[in-house]
Amino acid sequence: MNAVRQHRLMIVDDSNIMRRKIERSQDIPQVEIVGLAGNGREALELHEQTRPTLVTMDLTMPEMDGIECVEQLVGRDPDIRILVISALADKATAIEALEKGASGFLCKPFTERQLNDALVKLIES
Amino acid sequence: MSLQGEIGTFVAAVLNYFDTAVQQPAVVGTPYLALGKAPEVFDYTGMIRISGKRKGVVYFTAPKGMLSVMLMRMQETDMSDANLRDLVGEVANTLSGNARRDFGRNFIISTPSVVAGSSTTIGYSPDTRPIVVPIDWRAYHANLVVCLN
Repeated sequence: MNAVRQHRLMIVDDSNIMRRKIERSQDIPQVEIVGLAGNGREALELHEQTRPTLVTMDLTMPEMDGIECVEQLVGRDPDIRILVISALADKATAIEALEKGASGFLCKPFTERQLNDALVKLIES
Repeated sequence: MSLQGEIGTFVAAVLNYFDTAVQQPAVVGTPYLALGKAPEVFDYTGMIRISGKRKGVVYFTAPKGMLSVMLMRMQETDMSDANLRDLVGEVANTLSGNARRDFGRNFIISTPSVVAGSSTTIGYSPDTRPIVVPIDWRAYHANLVVCLN
């Protein structure tokens, strides 16, 4: 029996291989991937169309960076849960993302297990 | 932090990338100073530029074959130029991330950039001496180059 896919995930990263890695790696039955975006501006457009409940968000991206996108997404939907996935591993960056409304932070590079654990925490938060 | 400690930060970033993303460890060779000629540049290079307390460039340069096999290990089937650039850019991203974490605000670190082509010249200040850290993985050889004044 198929699990009900009650969480809608949008993946935001300017790296194609990272988007595909997250897409392939996530194996939570309740999660359906509804969109892939290459920068913050694309993510905002995709949000209009797909209404995700979960987002994985890179920080360093062209057009619009992840911090600004987090702020705008949370402004549109305060219930959205955003996992920032970034190589910027310093505390100040993580704190800034959390202050803007992100719900979690995962450092690149990551294993499949680390990604899925972080997504489960995000869902349960 | 000493120069040796700073180099350790960049080496740790590269090794962690192989351990975590590629899931197969790389081996660090004996570092050496590139005296008399510029360090070898391979097919794809991901780099960050640093200013502030120190100035210079740090880059990871690798041959196409190595990056293609790394992508395969990551279950990626598309070995296009765009994905090879993406991969070397992600390694540079981790160099940037570790540097920001370990060095603090005295260092200003650029957004990573990627260049392709083994005939590329990487510009660096003449008052710096590039330190080359060989990175060996499977049968492949790449270089991490740290060039800070």
